[in-house]
Amino acid sequence: MEATIALLLNFAIPTVIVAAIFIALLLFVLPREVRTIFKREVKSYFNSPIAYVCVFIFLVISNGITFWFGGLLESGEASLYISYFQYLPWYFVVVAPAVGMRLWSEEQRLGTMELMLTMPIAPWHAIVGKYLAASVVIFAMLVLSFPIVWVINYLGNPDNGVIMAGFVASFLTALCFLAVTSVVSAFTRSQIVALLISIGLCLLLWLGGLQPVSQAVASLKGGWLFVWPFLKFINIIGIIPHFSELAKGVLGLRDIIFFLSFIAFCLFSTAVVLRVKRA
Amino acid sequence: MIEVKNLSKHFGEKVAVDNISFTVEKGEVLGFLGPNGAGKSTTMRMVTGYLPPSAGDISVGGADILDEEIAAKSKIGYLPENAPLYSDMTVEDFLRFCAEMRRVPTDQIEDAVNKAIDTCFLQRVRHQSVDTLSKGFRHRTCLAQSIIHDPEVLILDEPTDGLDPNQKHEVRNLIKRMGETKAIIFSTHILEEVEASCSRAIIIDRGKIIADGTPDQLKKKARNAGAIFLRAGGLASTGIRQELEKLPEVQSVNVLESGDNSIVARVIPNKGKDKELPEAIFQLAVTKGLKVHELRVEEGRLDELFREITRPDTED
Ligand SMILES: Nc1ncnc2c1ncn2[C@@H]1O[C@H](COP(=O)(O)OP(=O)(O)OP(=O)(O)O)[C@@H](O)[C@H]1O
Ligand SMILES: [Mg+2]
Repeated sequence: MEATIALLLNFAIPTVIVAAIFIALLLFVLPREVRTIFKREVKSYFNSPIAYVCVFIFLVISNGITFWFGGLLESGEASLYISYFQYLPWYFVVVAPAVGMRLWSEEQRLGTMELMLTMPIAPWHAIVGKYLAASVVIFAMLVLSFPIVWVINYLGNPDNGVIMAGFVASFLTALCFLAVTSVVSAFTRSQIVALLISIGLCLLLWLGGLQPVSQAVASLKGGWLFVWPFLKFINIIGIIPHFSELAKGVLGLRDIIFFLSFIAFCLFSTAVVLRVKRA
Repeated sequence: MIEVKNLSKHFGEKVAVDNISFTVEKGEVLGFLGPNGAGKSTTMRMVTGYLPPSAGDISVGGADILDEEIAAKSKIGYLPENAPLYSDMTVEDFLRFCAEMRRVPTDQIEDAVNKAIDTCFLQRVRHQSVDTLSKGFRHRTCLAQSIIHDPEVLILDEPTDGLDPNQKHEVRNLIKRMGETKAIIFSTHILEEVEASCSRAIIIDRGKIIADGTPDQLKKKARNAGAIFLRAGGLASTGIRQELEKLPEVQSVNVLESGDNSIVARVIPNKGKDKELPEAIFQLAVTKGLKVHELRVEEGRLDELFREITRPDTED
C-alpha cells in the first residue's frame, strides 16, 4: 500500500509538473494565437486515427520488445535503462516523424497555409502552437507507458528517480526528432516524403553520437574531403551521449541545454524554410 | 485603404507581376480581370502578405505589409483561390477558429459566427464536416471566414467560382453592399460581375496593368463603342454602303450581312462625330430613300475590350 502511494507520487508528480509546464506556457507565457492553434491541432490529432495509431504502435512495440526480448522479467534486475530506455529513442526515430509529418505538409497540401499565414499572427505562433500539439501526442505515449514502471516496482526496488530521468531523456529526444520533422515537413506537401526523410535524418541524428563515429572522426582527422566534415557535424549534434547521461540519472545542465537549443534551432529553421519557400 | 506602388514579383526567371501600382479607397470595389496566369492571384497574395514582393511597396490602412505586418494583416479579410479549409473540422468550428485567430473578442465570437453563417447561407451545413461539403458550400464557408471579423479591407480571389446562379447573384449583391463601407478587391473571369458590383476595374495581362477605369469608361474603350448598328433596306446593298461611306461623319462601314436590297452593318463614326452620325443616317433616308429598320448606338462591351487588349497565349 505504502509502496503504491510512493510510486504514485513518484510518477504522478513529475507527470503533473510536465503537464503544468505545458499549461503554464500556453496560458501565461505564449500569446492567445498560439493557444488557439494548439487547441485546434490537438483536436485534429485526436479526431483522426493518426494519434491513436501512433500511440498504440509505440506502446505495443516498446512494451513487447522489453518484455520478450529485453529480458526484463528474467533478469529480475530493477534497472530499466538496459532493458527499456536505451531502446526508446529507436522507436521514436520512426514514431516521432509519423506524428509530426503532417505538421506543415498537410497545411501546404490543403492550401490552408495561405489562410494561416495571412492571419494577423507571427509565423512562430503557428510553428510553436503546432509543435506543442504534436508533443502532446508524444507525451501521451510516455504517460501511457507507466505500467512498465509498475511492473518493475513490483519486481524489485528500483530507483524511481532514475526511471523518471529516463522518461525525461526519452521525451526530450522524441521532441528533438519531432522538431526535425517540423523542418522537413515545411519543405514538402507530401506527408510520405516528409516521413521518410525525417526518419532518415532522425536516424543520423541519433547515431551521430555513437562511439564508432567518434572514433572515425578522430582517426580520419580532416581527410576524405566531404566525409569528414559531415561525420564531424553529425558527431557533434549526435544525441546518444546526451541521452544516455540524462537517462542514467545524471541531470546535467549541459545536456538539457543541448536538447532545448536543438529544438529551438529546428523551430527557427522551420520559420526560415517557410519564408524562403514563399519568396 | 490599399496602396500598391511599383509592385513586382519574380519566380526565378519568370516575371509574374511587373511593376503595377493602384490604390483602392474605402467605398470602392475594384475588379481584377485578366487571362489565366496574368498575375491576379499573385498580386492578391502579395497584398495579403502571403508572398513577399520582389520589389515595390504595399500599405493597407496606412500600415506597411512588411514593416507592420500584423497591423496590416489584421485589417484584411482574405478568400484565397480554391477556398482552402481545414478538412477535419465542422463548418461552425472552422469559423469559430478563424474568429479567434482574427482576434474577435471572446464574448462576440458566437455572434460573429452566426452572422457569417447567415450572410453566406450556411445554416444547412453548419454542423457538417468540411470535407463532406459540396464545392459551392466549401467556397461559401471560406467566404464566411473572410468576413467574420468585419474587416475594413476584403481581398477575394474568384469569390463566385463554383457557385450556382442564385448564389452568384447573392454574392455579387453582398460584395456591392459591403463595398459601401469597405475597400474591396476581387478577381473574376465573369465580366458581368464587374458591371454588377465594381466601381472600378483593372485588366491585367502578363503582370502588367493594361486598362484601368470604371466599367463604363472601359466599355467605351472597346473598338465598337459608339458605333452604330444598322439594319436598312430600300437600296441595293452596295449602294447603301457607298452612300454611308460618303458621309463626312463616317470613318468606316463593316458589313455584317448583305442581301439584294438590304444590309446589316456596323458604322464606325469619325472621332468626335458619334453624336451627329445617327442624324446623318436618317438624313439619308429622306434624301436617298433609305429604309431604316433598326438603328442603335452600341455601348461597347467589356468582353470585346478584354479580347482586344489581352493577347491570346498563342502569340508569344
Ligand atoms: N509559386 C510559384 N512559382 C512559380 N511560378 C508561379 C508561382 N505562383 C504563380 N506562378 C506563375 O505566375 C503567373 C501568375 O500566376 P497567377 O496565379 O497570379 O495567375 P492568375 O492571374 O491568378 O491566373 P488564373 O486566372 O488562372 O487564376 C503564372 O504564370 C504562374 O505560373
Ligand atoms: Mg488566380
